[in-house]
Amino acid sequence: MAKIFAVTLILIAIGSAIPIVAHIWEPAPDISTHGAVIDEQLSETMVEAGLSFLAAQFVLAIFVWMFSNRPENAKIGHFPGGATAMVLAGFLLVGTEVLALGIFGTKAWASVYFTPPAADAMPIQVQAGQFAFYFRYPGPDGKFGPLHPNLINEANENFFGLDQTNDQDSKDDIVTAEMAVPVNREIHLLMHSKDLSHSFYVPELRIHQDFVPGLDLSLHFTATKIGKYEIVCTQLCGLGHYNMRAYLYVYSQQDFDDWLKKEAALQ
Amino acid sequence: MKKNRKRVSVVILAGLALVCLGALLMSQKASAAAEGKITGTVKLNGAAPHMKGIDMSKDPYCVKQHENSPAHLENVVVSSGGGLENVVLYISQGLPPAVSNQVASGQPVFDQKGCMYTPHVLAMDVNQQYKVITSDQTTHNIHPLPNPLTGNIPWNESQPPGAPPLIKSWKAEEVAIPVKCNIHPWMHGYFVVVKGPYGTTDSDGSYTISGVPPGSYTVTAWQEEYGTQNQKVTVTAGAPAKADFTFKAK
Amino acid sequence: MHDMSTHALHHHAPPTGFIRKYIFSLDHKVIGKQYYGLGLVAVFTGMALSWLMRLHLGWTNLAIPGLHLLSSTGAPGNVMTPEYYLQLMTMHATIMVFFVLTVAPFAAFGNFFLPIQVGAEDMPFPHINMMSFWVTFVAFCVLISSFFLGDGPALSGWTGYAPLSAVGSVAGPGQGLGQVLWAASLAIFCVGQLLGSLNFIPTTLDLRAKGMSLARLPLNVWGWFITSCMALTAFAVLMPACILLILDHVAGTSFFVPSNLVINDQLQPHSGGSTLLWQHLFWFFGHPEVYIAIVPGMGIVSHVLIANMRRPLLSYKVIIGCMFSIAFLSYMVYGHHMFVSGMNPFSALVFSFPTLIITIPATIIVLIWIGSLYGSRLRINSASLFALGFISMFVAGGVSGFFLAQPSIDIVLHATYFVVGHFHLVMAVAAIFGIFAGTYFWFPKMFGRMMNETLGKIHFWLTFVGAYCIFMPFHYLGLAGNIRRYQAFSGYMEPLIPVHRFITVAALITGAAQFIFLYNLVHSRFWGKVAPENPWECTSLEWTVPSPPPFDNFGGRHPVVYHDPYQYGVQTESGADFIMQDSPETAKPA
Repeated sequence: MAKIFAVTLILIAIGSAIPIVAHIWEPAPDISTHGAVIDEQLSETMVEAGLSFLAAQFVLAIFVWMFSNRPENAKIGHFPGGATAMVLAGFLLVGTEVLALGIFGTKAWASVYFTPPAADAMPIQVQAGQFAFYFRYPGPDGKFGPLHPNLINEANENFFGLDQTNDQDSKDDIVTAEMAVPVNREIHLLMHSKDLSHSFYVPELRIHQDFVPGLDLSLHFTATKIGKYEIVCTQLCGLGHYNMRAYLYVYSQQDFDDWLKKEAALQ
Repeated sequence: MKKNRKRVSVVILAGLALVCLGALLMSQKASAAAEGKITGTVKLNGAAPHMKGIDMSKDPYCVKQHENSPAHLENVVVSSGGGLENVVLYISQGLPPAVSNQVASGQPVFDQKGCMYTPHVLAMDVNQQYKVITSDQTTHNIHPLPNPLTGNIPWNESQPPGAPPLIKSWKAEEVAIPVKCNIHPWMHGYFVVVKGPYGTTDSDGSYTISGVPPGSYTVTAWQEEYGTQNQKVTVTAGAPAKADFTFKAK
Repeated sequence: MHDMSTHALHHHAPPTGFIRKYIFSLDHKVIGKQYYGLGLVAVFTGMALSWLMRLHLGWTNLAIPGLHLLSSTGAPGNVMTPEYYLQLMTMHATIMVFFVLTVAPFAAFGNFFLPIQVGAEDMPFPHINMMSFWVTFVAFCVLISSFFLGDGPALSGWTGYAPLSAVGSVAGPGQGLGQVLWAASLAIFCVGQLLGSLNFIPTTLDLRAKGMSLARLPLNVWGWFITSCMALTAFAVLMPACILLILDHVAGTSFFVPSNLVINDQLQPHSGGSTLLWQHLFWFFGHPEVYIAIVPGMGIVSHVLIANMRRPLLSYKVIIGCMFSIAFLSYMVYGHHMFVSGMNPFSALVFSFPTLIITIPATIIVLIWIGSLYGSRLRINSASLFALGFISMFVAGGVSGFFLAQPSIDIVLHATYFVVGHFHLVMAVAAIFGIFAGTYFWFPKMFGRMMNETLGKIHFWLTFVGAYCIFMPFHYLGLAGNIRRYQAFSGYMEPLIPVHRFITVAALITGAAQFIFLYNLVHSRFWGKVAPENPWECTSLEWTVPSPPPFDNFGGRHPVVYHDPYQYGVQTESGADFIMQDSPETAKPA
């Protein structure tokens, strides 16, 4: 039985590694300017974690094979180096590995969170609420009008609670149910929640941020590839969480301008 | 013995007579109730407000249903002749309690089709059973939001595709209970819960309230954007009363 | 360290009457079995819920026969609604984390064996101990009762994030009374476990037999001791958090709800609260909680392995040091659940470092286990197979932690099935394997009969292979961007549905295999082969008393301890390769 355990374990370990090595399921290709560092971090971690996983399972399997079914009076052996070797291995191998990952990982994190958006980044506001995302573009005046939560009325499609009659800045605001951005243009995404915790995640853009009721948060990113992508909510927000999504279109500048004009006409 | 048998027969005959009289009176009432009608049209005076299009892009199934007929808000639906659809008319004053407590027959149906509520406004009586069905292949969630002060209890239930109908009723008058689908935020409708006979305007703005006994009443018209308007009307047996309403565009 | 074995401790008379013997028992062994029974009911309930969830995830509009009997609103026409999926999920997770993973390895085995292994006749406060079980039982009943509410139990997950969990039923079905009952159940559970810790700690520190120094305690006793200390501090934070949540529901407070929230077009009557406050309070408890779930298992696996390897681990002190380090660090890492939560991004780095560093003691423990196998005389039986399986599963689940510990990688993997795979491997599999190892090992002592070895091995194989088939694919799903807590998959996740169907089939088969274990438990309890006093030739004190032990454990005698529990692979006069802890015999020089 010990030998069966050893063989099974090795087969399981190899079997687990195959989909990774064969790249069967992986994150969607990165279309952001900051994502390459994250992807590199991910690959390195995969190699280190993968090797640790395989090594541990293999050695476990081999030792079970070697040291079971021994005669009752067989001499008890000692692993060379004993516990000291293990402690050293733990600190030196694993310790340096994880610290390296941690220290180098700060670069990727910093590029997302510790760098401010460029001065000419295009502002787009996104509001999350049960169970949809709505977006607001500032319009020709470049300004977002104030929000009045007490005016929110979904029956009239006033999702943001704008007072377009009295607030000058709101008059040209463009509210949309899908998000579009011009390619290679930095976007400053202003996030707030209408009601509960939600989250904004676009796998290809390598950005992921929770909406926190009561907090105005922001992210910035630049999309580098034209296409249609999905924005999904990843923070459990109620029964419609599974269907809370919006589509993100990365357009050429011309197509983006056409899209914005079309949306403005629908206001 | 003979005397007793005579007394018993008298009692039985008297009882029978009373029963017959009662039946006669009640049938007179019923037939009287079946007689009266109030008809009319509800119009909008002024330019109809622009009904914004609905972007359903978060659910590709909904988008597909409207490939050839884009969806619009239905808060104010006006025909080419100025008729207002989805206005509910009911009798707010003057009905005897026996009539106002009568529950209309039938089960009004509220359908979810193409990710829109059909009809947009559903009128019903207190305690009248209504049916919520789904004709869509995407899951909907029906969430009526009554005013807690009326005593009506809110509920919130989902209907996956193919789910059986939901049979519900309301126990108190309320004009009107907003209904929304939480999954599809643009889906919006109303349940209008009234007492006594009622009617809803069709696409031309015309309505009929049947089963009104002769008498003088106040008819109220309710439209979700423009609120209510009242009119006094007198119903006589054999001649439908007329009550036309005009709401002023904002 | 002093020992109080000579104190005239609370010598209680043997219990009489059915109620005192089996229901409101003061005997730590009965309490341990009661906890085990509660854990058993909970795990099968939680497993049934997971089957319903998995069926729905594989086939979303599947009409599951009879489901409408469980909930007519949750399953119209036997098709699960989105809210009912979330409600089942919330209950599955809450039941498993609290009523299985905290109860079985810690409260069940700990209650039964801790006093015996230190040489005591019971815990110091038997009445409080009895209360700890019954309070936990009440907590379970309160939680289960939420199933029977009109709009069902809470749907906000076992993490119950505010404001969803704080604003009431306006946010969804089950969020009214269902959520209040959830929070109440957890608050009551905390009380039960605090009462338990109040017994475990003084038992370990003060009731040790003569000669049982701290350095001679079996490793699983250290596991329970460290876990009790964590439980005392962690549950002490969850309980007030739950009370504040309940107040937000019933007393109009706004601890967790800020102003200007609009739900269903209605402005919510709250102001001044903080959404993130709930997350800080919850995870300050939540992270130590997951170590509360695994540390007893580490102790049990160490103990079971040592007896089955016929040699001590490479170092006793290092293992204890690592368990202490893990417990200590567990309080500093909780923010790794909140990297993208909106808290100051700088704190993400602060939490990330201890999270990465906690890998070190965890790795050292695994290396010592594996290294101790070298040169051993490994015996293969159901208990040792599950102990070995624990090591394999703990490594598998632990390495995915490398990824999640780094904030930049968490950007890609947060809230995906990668996280779900990680915690299921370490908790649902490794910790459960610890419970199985403990069960197969200690069943003979608890009930005086052996479990059926053949059935045990079949159980092991089906569970070991099955668990990998279920949970390894979760990592692939996560890498591909499959978001968690979704009741149905569409858009870019749609092509992943076949993987879900494979997982569902694996889950149904693996789950069915657990009935072999249940049958084995019940059948062996009544008709198993009668067990000798020390079937595993194990050195610790529980194997010096009859199977099952009498009400006062040692039959009135006071054991005297001469050795640490790991005198294995030694040469003795009698020819045995081990020396019991209470035997004055010493090993012959090699």
